[in-house]
Amino acid sequence: MAIEVSIPTPLRGLTNNLDTVSAEGATVAALIDDLEKKYPGIKTRLVDDAGQLRRFVNIYVNGEDVRFLQAQATPLAADAEVSIVPAIAGG
Amino acid sequence: MAMAETFFSNLKCRECGALYPKKATHVCEFDFGPLEADYDYAKIRAAISREKIQARPLTMWRYRELLPIDGEPTVGLQTGFTPLVKAERLARALGARELYLKNDAVNYPTLSFKDRVVAVALTRARELGFNIVACASTGNLANSVAANAAAAGLESYVLIPYDLERSKVLNSLVYGAQVIGIEGPYDQVNRLCSEIAGKYGWGFVNVNLRPYYAEGSKTLGFEIIEQLDWRIPAHTVIPMASGSLLTKITKAYQEAVKVGLVNAAPFRIYGAQARGCNPITAAQQAGTDLIRPVPRPDTIAKSLAIGTPADGYYAVHAMRQTGGAAADATDAEIIEAIKLLAETEGIFAETAGGVTLACAKKLIDSGRIPRDERVVICITGNGLKTAEALDGQLTEPARIKPSLREFDALIVKNEPQRHGDAEKIKTV
Repeated sequence: MAIEVSIPTPLRGLTNNLDTVSAEGATVAALIDDLEKKYPGIKTRLVDDAGQLRRFVNIYVNGEDVRFLQAQATPLAADAEVSIVPAIAGG
Repeated sequence: MAMAETFFSNLKCRECGALYPKKATHVCEFDFGPLEADYDYAKIRAAISREKIQARPLTMWRYRELLPIDGEPTVGLQTGFTPLVKAERLARALGARELYLKNDAVNYPTLSFKDRVVAVALTRARELGFNIVACASTGNLANSVAANAAAAGLESYVLIPYDLERSKVLNSLVYGAQVIGIEGPYDQVNRLCSEIAGKYGWGFVNVNLRPYYAEGSKTLGFEIIEQLDWRIPAHTVIPMASGSLLTKITKAYQEAVKVGLVNAAPFRIYGAQARGCNPITAAQQAGTDLIRPVPRPDTIAKSLAIGTPADGYYAVHAMRQTGGAAADATDAEIIEAIKLLAETEGIFAETAGGVTLACAKKLIDSGRIPRDERVVICITGNGLKTAEALDGQLTEPARIKPSLREFDALIVKNEPQRHGDAEKIKTV
């Protein structure tokens, strides 16, 4: 059961320029590990050395920021929509 | 000022510390952290002194060494050095001993603190070779970009939520700027601008020029210190939209110590938001630095209505590290505070000023700010720009015929105790 993950422009250098990729995982953390297997180097762009989601990276599951769900432990259904979106600086 | 020397070395990621060249870029390529201007502080320390600064013109550029430009300033040469007003009548009304108002409602040329950030951003935009400048704005920034771009001979595009106060819209249009109203709240305007900035080669003052722009806010902090005879005030209350101003005033106080302009002293930084858009205050009060976005801001303080504040995290930490706090104010409290400020000090602030004063009052009443210590409240915009917020909130003018008899009757009716009876008036 592959989950579709949308990839922001600055990370597409790691995904052969694909804006959407497929990955697997029962949680956000597992999904990130699977992404790393397929696209080496992507994990360190998303989480820091302590395993925390980087402050200016947002991951949305069905439109909800995982920080307000269960962070990386957020469970993923087979039909989950996952988006990786850098925070927008400005204002 | 004969200073072609630069003290500004790089852009630096606030998160990972990666260094970047001084170009029009604002986000770390590695971790998406915001880029910030980095300086050679040892060189600055050796180059400036109170005496040197005091010998310069009374503008924000007297702190030139601590601003991120390479050459001489070319935009906003008259900006800054606004009054720091000792507010004795307001202090009595609030039950505080020593209160000051930093009055950027009379900043030059467009009557808000945004003239500071735009002076830096457009000076830098010219150094980087931009001919078109732009911004996402809740109003004041749009006004300042439009005016300063016009004076500098630059073309400008300003993008704003379509439903801003009419005065704020007119105050951008009059300068010949391309004004575009976006059907959505500020956060969507901002998102669109980040897409436009990536596609068009424009200098967006608060997107790709943001590292330069944001530093301009520090001058408000430097001025407060100098105007207090080179002392850092114990308590400073600052309005928060993106949280950038609060973060930069904090940085100004720290830098002034670092470069030897002022002795280190404990200070506390307090943030003010409207109840209808309070993501930073809510996080601070909940003891977290996780900012929960406000998707649909609902407040008369439109200039502060940023639901996803870019510097919210840093603002929470500035308040926490200095021992400060945050508060928020309802629309009714904002109106009351605007009236209080006007009636006690003769200063007409925009709605954001009402927010800041209302929050300062709460922080004093609750004991978070001690009544017997020095407090500075930052008034950042002019009431004439948000006058419609007071529609129906003030007593309408009396209307009479051009007749002395009608005038006498009106005065006696309104204030008999002060003027005695009608007979007495007639004999004068």
